[in-house]
Amino acid sequence: MIGLTHYLGVAAMLFVIGVFGIFLNRKNIIIILMSIELMLLAVNINFVAFSTHLGDIGGQVFTLFVLTVAAAEAAIGLAILVCFHRNRGTIAVEDVNMMKG
Amino acid sequence: MIQVLAFYLFAVTAVIAGVMVVFSRNPVHSVLWLIFAFFSSAGLFVMMGAEFLAMLLMIVYVGAVAVLFLFVVMMLDVDFAELRGRVAEYLPIGLAIGLVMLMQLSFGFLAWQEVDAARPAETMARGVGNAHQLGEVIYTKYVYAFQASGLILLVAMIGAIVLTLRHREGVKKQSVMSQLYRDPKEAVVMRDVKPGGSL
Repeated sequence: MIGLTHYLGVAAMLFVIGVFGIFLNRKNIIIILMSIELMLLAVNINFVAFSTHLGDIGGQVFTLFVLTVAAAEAAIGLAILVCFHRNRGTIAVEDVNMMKG
Repeated sequence: MIQVLAFYLFAVTAVIAGVMVVFSRNPVHSVLWLIFAFFSSAGLFVMMGAEFLAMLLMIVYVGAVAVLFLFVVMMLDVDFAELRGRVAEYLPIGLAIGLVMLMQLSFGFLAWQEVDAARPAETMARGVGNAHQLGEVIYTKYVYAFQASGLILLVAMIGAIVLTLRHREGVKKQSVMSQLYRDPKEAVVMRDVKPGGSL
């Protein structure tokens, strides 16, 4: 029978894939953004799994908020990306040094 | 039995799609695999009894975020092969960190024990749909968080517009005000042209 642990296992795998993707594609910011989306998805699966397991709707409400924040983050991130590409003609992460940080 | 089968189908496809997002050479393929991962996860959500969130995942991610990603990937004229660069160099450290993190997570799951005293009271109303259950708490208990998320979306929308709006010089545009204030007395000039003459 499929229980809580199975869902947590899938979520853990997806989260680790997301972290791995950030390390592997550290030059391509689009893939980094997609990896972050994968990590947020894993967190959402955890939230919903615990919500079902404990019979508490709060987990699903917070999944809703995580979805909202993820959508906003993707929109802002891609807008910054388009703006940066227009000014510098590249999206390589290594070239992002205009603010001398 | 069918539940177990469905779980493994969705779980395996979600993980494979996740791996392909990371390893695809072409970013457009990455976005398509991301859509597939979200589809599979929506299936998992349905199996967990969160139908409303599953449909929301479809609408928000497949309908909006993935299309946004596709749009940006196709619009930017970037040589993605050049961006891939030294993957082999990052592979060992990435694998090591991934492995350590997976071990930490699995130790956490193994050591985790449910304490009955810490178990919250069941707030899921019985006999009503998932969307109904969410709606009952979202506008009462979590109303401030709900409003805050609306504010976040508003700020994101304004921010994205401000970031990407660009005023270019020398672009011909329609000026509605000058059209409205155009006076026929100044626009039309009567001339008396003599026969055989010209203006």
